[in-house]
Amino acid sequence: MFAPLIRWLDERIHLDDLIAPFKHKTVPRHRLSYWYFFGGITLFLFIIQVLTGILLLLYYRPGANEAFESVQYIMTRVQFGWLIRSIHAWSANLMIFTAFVHMFSVLFLKAYRKPRELTWVTGVILLVLVMGFGFSGYLLPWNTLAFFATKVGTEIAGQVPIIGKPMMIFLRGGEEVTGATLTRFFGFHVAVLPGLVVVLIAIHLFLVQRQGMSVPPKVEAEWAANPAARREMKFFPNFMLREMMAWYVAMGVLGALAAIFPWNLGVKADPFVSAPAGIKPEWYFLFMFQTLKMIPSKVWIVDGEVLGVLGCSLAGLLWLLLPFFESDKASRAKVWITGLSIFALVYVIGMSVYGYVAN
Amino acid sequence: MCADQAPQPDTSRRRAIELFLGGGILASLASFIYPVLRFLVPPAVVDLGGDEVVASKLGEMKPNSGKIFRFGSRPGLLILNSDGTYRALSATCTHLGCTVQYRPDLREIWCACHNGTYDLNGRNVSGPPPRPLTVFDVHQRGDEIVVSRKREA
Repeated sequence: MFAPLIRWLDERIHLDDLIAPFKHKTVPRHRLSYWYFFGGITLFLFIIQVLTGILLLLYYRPGANEAFESVQYIMTRVQFGWLIRSIHAWSANLMIFTAFVHMFSVLFLKAYRKPRELTWVTGVILLVLVMGFGFSGYLLPWNTLAFFATKVGTEIAGQVPIIGKPMMIFLRGGEEVTGATLTRFFGFHVAVLPGLVVVLIAIHLFLVQRQGMSVPPKVEAEWAANPAARREMKFFPNFMLREMMAWYVAMGVLGALAAIFPWNLGVKADPFVSAPAGIKPEWYFLFMFQTLKMIPSKVWIVDGEVLGVLGCSLAGLLWLLLPFFESDKASRAKVWITGLSIFALVYVIGMSVYGYVAN
Repeated sequence: MCADQAPQPDTSRRRAIELFLGGGILASLASFIYPVLRFLVPPAVVDLGGDEVVASKLGEMKPNSGKIFRFGSRPGLLILNSDGTYRALSATCTHLGCTVQYRPDLREIWCACHNGTYDLNGRNVSGPPPRPLTVFDVHQRGDEIVVSRKREA
């Protein structure tokens, strides 16, 4: 059916040349291969975000007097509106989750080593941007929880010495969280962040395509000892079809979650009511939130918050530059980085759970 | 078993798998596309305007002038003639839907978009409008000028 069309295109733009790199590309095949899927699943969920986001834009209206009502309208009046919004919200959370899984798998399989430092760096920046998506999108329904989460989140940004205050005013569009903040966050969420993320994803994927998949050092050593054990599969169609199956499973999980547990809308934000008891940020900010909560209000002569914010920023910077601390040669740095990775995973999970349970 | 019959069961199995796989994928696609198509259709706007609306107050308008009022979700045109009688019509031009206005100088209803004119009975007299404007009933209730849809005889 499509053969004549493909021939017609091929005659003009030489499709074969375009597909050729994918035909030659192979993916290493070993017992840890399934960890390769999580980056792809994250990409798939991002595509879902773009598509459902465009649909929501058809009815959503930014503005303190309209945002909550328009989301309410989407959920109650527009056919399948509840489902589209629920998919958008669930997919956002799953995307952040799979991005974390992808990051830690890359860390433990040591895929960030030379020559893939830039892939790691773009990946960490992408994670920060995705969390920015989460933070800005959370405010858009203009409900009480979102209002206070934004108030606290931007207040934390304001704790950074010297640049903190101007940064907070830039984020809020004024001294306080108001309709002006909503307008800004809407702009970040639907224009600024998507643009940046698409460019970074393009670089990230280009690097992955260019350099191929990393083989974990353990498997590499086994293969070096026994070259007959080395196995590969073609990227197209073998790996591609497996990836499609992974996407299909992700779709199933997403659809089930969105339909069985529709996302709540909550109560419309009112700047002149008290924050509700037990208010917490989204789960992916909990580990940072809990860290800030546990630092005493005054450490020596420094404010606790300032110390926490600076500490978190420094940790983030070191995390971004992690591959550059690892050398080619067997050294103590390798052990050190593995130890740090395990510590980071335990810390993030532990603090998140603690933050979830604690009052 | 004949040699040329051997591939037979193989291809039928393959076809069955293709059928299940293709059918499954098509069914999934349909289940994704159907909600999206329904989502794209905007919900009908409830017309709370009803059949009657207060268009003006007595003494609010000058003689030989017109006023646009809200009739449900559409605009209406209320005209106070020089002799003190009121007249109400739909203000939506029958040509391409612009909102018409009363021209005191011509004593006509005029559409600025494509220079269409109607007389005070709503009849399209010149320019592109293909049909007359709908005429509404006007009553006076206390000091309110009430416009209502003409009852079908």
